[in-house]
Amino acid sequence: MAVTGGVMFVFLVAHMVGNLKIFAGPEAFNHYSEWLRTVGSPAVPYRTVLTLLEVVLLLSVVLHITAAVQLARRARAARPVKYRSRKRVQQSYASRTMRWGGVIIALFVIYHLLDLTFLVANPAGVPGDPYGNAVAGFSTWYVTLAYTVALIAVGFHLRHGLWSALQTLGRSDDRRERAVNVTASVAAVLLIAGFLSVPFAVITGLVGLR
Amino acid sequence: MKLTLRIWRQKGRDGKGRMVTYTLDDVSPDMSFLEMLDVLNERLILSGEEPVAFDHDCREGICGMCGMVINGVAHGPERATTTCQLHMRHFSDGDTIDIEPWRSAAFPVIKDLVVDRSAFDSIIQAGGFITAPTGAAPEAHATPVPKPDADAAFEAATCIGCGACVAACPNGSGMLFTAAKITHLGLLPQGQPERYSRVVDMIDAHDEAGFGGCTNIGECTAVCPKGIPLETISHLNRDYLSATAGGKHPE
Repeated sequence: MAVTGGVMFVFLVAHMVGNLKIFAGPEAFNHYSEWLRTVGSPAVPYRTVLTLLEVVLLLSVVLHITAAVQLARRARAARPVKYRSRKRVQQSYASRTMRWGGVIIALFVIYHLLDLTFLVANPAGVPGDPYGNAVAGFSTWYVTLAYTVALIAVGFHLRHGLWSALQTLGRSDDRRERAVNVTASVAAVLLIAGFLSVPFAVITGLVGLR
Repeated sequence: MKLTLRIWRQKGRDGKGRMVTYTLDDVSPDMSFLEMLDVLNERLILSGEEPVAFDHDCREGICGMCGMVINGVAHGPERATTTCQLHMRHFSDGDTIDIEPWRSAAFPVIKDLVVDRSAFDSIIQAGGFITAPTGAAPEAHATPVPKPDADAAFEAATCIGCGACVAACPNGSGMLFTAAKITHLGLLPQGQPERYSRVVDMIDAHDEAGFGGCTNIGECTAVCPKGIPLETISHLNRDYLSATAGGKHPE
């Protein structure tokens, strides 16, 4: 859970920073997209590095979901008779929504890939023009809304996930517990703010077709 | 004080339980929660009914025998308090109080509010001990222990094994109990020889007993009558990683 989540977190940071290239204009953004495919050439064939990263990510996603399903099944088996009354004492909203939040995020990732990778769900869907496709998608209010809701879900997932991963890997102790929690919250907020800046820049006209 | 109690009644291990409602008219705010149940039981016995079975022993908050889920919270509304040390002044006249046993597959109900916590014994038997010969108390200066380690070990050692962590955990995990023992023994020189086999064996026994997995939600430490910190689970994870990924486990 912690290791595969960590791999995906590192990917998300790179993804978010890459997205910010959109503020440098269509040429820079499309060139960055092309660079991702040609990086390492001519030493390695076209798309080698990108494909390797995709394999690592897919493996992480599969193992992460497998571990989550195992934990959920163990939890259900561990309490066959439910409490008649139950009160939460200190658990956070983020920690409580990890499982269903994860399902929502998985569905969003499928939509996101159909939208901007396979271009089937994108209003423009022009291969080789990620800038135009992103602008075309985010100009529609309900696409931006769907991305916003999903990204907030990702933020909550990361808030508990980062803390929990660091605790699982034994990186927390009584002196660091507070710092680890604050780091998890700040990292989640910064990452999601970075991601949201793109659709909001499009819908407010800050980034448009030039 | 007049109280309405809704108590889980279950005849035996295989019995199908249900919540039964009782009313008590004359509860003193100075009574402990268990004394309040004693009053109810005396009345039930006098009227020829079966009294409510519940576990208790020292009634001083140090033995770990008592424990029930009161209004959805293990050991009731007061922090760092066992059920026997909870007093009726924390409730108000006219309250309805729900009382249930610990609910865990690893802690089967024996009767009413009494659960079988042998699963904790199996975890201790797997490694919650040291194999150094015992006898007279060792000379204190022979094996120096750093003060912060001694303090943390002592804090973990205050665990009374009541099982509230399991009862409160949304995953039904017994990780805080297991972690308290690992931390207590792992920080002291006497616990070093078995440090890395202990953590692997105790986790195996924990999973074997049917407890759920830990997802670091933190409900356990919030209800723990001894305030065992979540840090102990981090300590357990560090030792577990050293033992497995770090290759320190002898087998």
